Amino acid sequence: MQETETTEEARRALEICNACRYCEGFCAVFPAMELRREFTTGDLSYLANLCHNCKGCYYACQYAPPHEFGLNLPQAFAELRAETYAEYAWPKPLGAVFQRNGTVVALISALGIALTLILTVLIQEPSVLYAAHEGPGAFYRVIPWWLMTTLAGGTFLYALLALAMGFRNFWRDTGSSLAGPAGPRPIATALHDILTLRNLGGGGHGCNDRDEGFSTQRRLFHHAMFYGFLLCFASTSVATFYDHIVGHPAPYPFWSLPVQLGTWGGLGLVVGTAGLIWLKVVSDQAPAARNLLGADYALLGLLCLTSLTGLLLLGLRGTGAMGVLLAIHLGIVLSLFLLLPYSKMVHGLYRSGALLRHAMERHAGHAPAGD
Amino acid sequence: MDWDRVYDVLVVGGGNAALCAAVTARQAGASVLVLEHAPKAFRGGNSRHTRNLRAMHTAPTSVLTEQYLEDEYWDDLLRVTGGQTDEELARLTIRATAEALPFMEACGVRFQPSLTGTLNLSRTNAFFLGGGKALVNAFYATAEKLGVEILYDTEVASLRLDDGFVRQAEIISRGFPRTVRAKTVVASSGGFQANLEWLKQGWGPAAENFLIRGTPYAKGRVLRDLLDQGVASVGDPTQCHAVAIDGRAPKFDGGIVTRLDCVPFSIVVNRHGERFYDEGEDVWPKRYAIWGRLVAQQPDQVAYAIIDSRSERLFMPSVFPAIKSDTIEGLAEKLGLEPSKLAETVRGFNAAAGHGSFDNSRLDGCHTEGLTPAKTNWARRIEAPPFSGYPLRPGITFTYLGVKVDRNARVLMQDGRPTANLFASGEIMAGSILGKGYLAGFGMAIGTVFGRIAGREAAKHARN
Repeated sequence: MQETETTEEARRALEICNACRYCEGFCAVFPAMELRREFTTGDLSYLANLCHNCKGCYYACQYAPPHEFGLNLPQAFAELRAETYAEYAWPKPLGAVFQRNGTVVALISALGIALTLILTVLIQEPSVLYAAHEGPGAFYRVIPWWLMTTLAGGTFLYALLALAMGFRNFWRDTGSSLAGPAGPRPIATALHDILTLRNLGGGGHGCNDRDEGFSTQRRLFHHAMFYGFLLCFASTSVATFYDHIVGHPAPYPFWSLPVQLGTWGGLGLVVGTAGLIWLKVVSDQAPAARNLLGADYALLGLLCLTSLTGLLLLGLRGTGAMGVLLAIHLGIVLSLFLLLPYSKMVHGLYRSGALLRHAMERHAGHAPAGD
Repeated sequence: MDWDRVYDVLVVGGGNAALCAAVTARQAGASVLVLEHAPKAFRGGNSRHTRNLRAMHTAPTSVLTEQYLEDEYWDDLLRVTGGQTDEELARLTIRATAEALPFMEACGVRFQPSLTGTLNLSRTNAFFLGGGKALVNAFYATAEKLGVEILYDTEVASLRLDDGFVRQAEIISRGFPRTVRAKTVVASSGGFQANLEWLKQGWGPAAENFLIRGTPYAKGRVLRDLLDQGVASVGDPTQCHAVAIDGRAPKFDGGIVTRLDCVPFSIVVNRHGERFYDEGEDVWPKRYAIWGRLVAQQPDQVAYAIIDSRSERLFMPSVFPAIKSDTIEGLAEKLGLEPSKLAETVRGFNAAAGHGSFDNSRLDGCHTEGLTPAKTNWARRIEAPPFSGYPLRPGITFTYLGVKVDRNARVLMQDGRPTANLFASGEIMAGSILGKGYLAGFGMAIGTVFGRIAGREAAKHARN
């Protein structure tokens, strides 16, 4: 990627860190940094995306502002990450959405809801839309099957393609592709790091979630959100299987697998996103990149709304409110799918890539000399 | 803030030793007020820049491996001080370090395995996760939780001694003069290394060019005040721990990142372009502490380490980039040296160098012949461009002069009598035990051990 003021600041910070190394025990960033003496823009991108923004290094830093070195690594990395999201976006011109991502995500979400509502109203008689529906296929009486599948499937497949291309751009730009394909051991290590958020352990004692005190709240909320999201995704997958393969259309009874997965997942998402929003509100802003908070709030809000409307739909699906609620929920899901490659959501992709890269470096380091 | 309150224990200073005293006294039930000269962002004195504690242990514990027993610890101390220590106080300190580590952990300090490049310390020294500032943060959080009162931006101007009894403290709190009263006082306000005027008394005008590696708040005001009132002193008043650091470092507070480890693989010249000492005398950890003094004795207290491209990666990077040129003359110009003179020095060195084979991982015996001063190890020719130069200046870590204390951390008067209610811990009294040289992690050991003793004794005295 290009040299910018942000890459220069990240490099300046890392050169101070690399001469100090007191923070070595906090997370993966510092051991990865120590393998290097000079930092290319690709290295900087890799390290910035490896950073989990736990802020341990900021509070421990003897060079943090107001010291004349003015070192604020979490902030420098957060700003650089935002630039990498724009850099790797596919197609490239859409990288511009990361400029004012909070606004973009909020607008697209609003448009998604409006569009679905308008479409629904246009194609459905009010008598159908506001009536209570029950039994198999009830949802499709409000929004036809073909529309739902085309929109959901289309946007989701597009999102997957855009994410894959983004990952390819990241992998190439950080020089990771030169390291050859990842072996099973680095993949296992990286998966472990991703699924446990090991780097939010702060060396075993938690992170500076709010201030200079240590806690594991952020890690736990993120787990609730992440596994909630996975459960919701599993719920959708099972439902798709039931509907399209088994020929057993929604809605499903409360104790069925898709509804159970979705309910628990939705609860996890609500708790996780609400908790993360709360942490952002109450936390010390000094190590944060304030201009980027909008993007965080927008995605957390969208995820929270997705699960809230889903849970509401479950609760009121037997009533006349179902039609409108379904339209709103699907509008939000549609927006979420569309925004997967163009929101803070991509952090998971590049973070995972950086963790895989780090695992590859670590395993290579353990290999015998001359290998 | 109730200025009329009489505290049980007044702690002067805000570093590790001060906080250990404050926490210990508060845990013993005393009311405690801590006066820290620095504002909150720079609290913690030199502890902010530290990274480990040297701790005795009879078995692997926490992050420490194997064992490190009293006699070996004592031998290590004897070696670096050349005997300028007090065996009773030193052994007491050494034995108490075994308890210091769990005490720190209980105060929220976290440890990590030995840092990369310091594996030689993994047996003897426990490293603070995140370094000294993280330790300081943990201590302040613990102190606040216990109900210790803390005033930042508050300097103690004078502790009025009256027949060995401190009646009150004259302070300047956020710019306003005040008086604070307490039943006992613990002085943990450090040395005087940030006081250039005082350093000049020992070093003359050369001290103007010294860089201070740590806190700018170690002015020695309380130390001066106590010595002027007849408190017994220990340690050489003119001496300080001085290392050669990157000459581009800030005047104060540059800390660890300004160190330069390239000297053994370089030639070091003064501003006249002349060498003045054997750069390869021994491995760097054993020699870095003499180079501050060596550079301080050169004109303008500056020197320049010159290496060629083959040595670029043999040492830890400094925070400042090397000054580079493809020719020695070009490098000299960039460094502000006389090009022909530096070229002549390098030519002379190269003609004499290279006797033996170079190996950076050990004392290789690769030496010069017929050169004065000789270089006795790693004397590889400086011939592969580009050439790199680093300016060096003396970096002052701490001073040795302090107040004399007994085994209960009680400050003694010149006539040998103990003061009635004055205790001391940390750098202000460390000269009693560490009269010369330095042992990694021992400053923190003295601070923690005597901080705890001072806190315990002060609380006990206040109760009676």
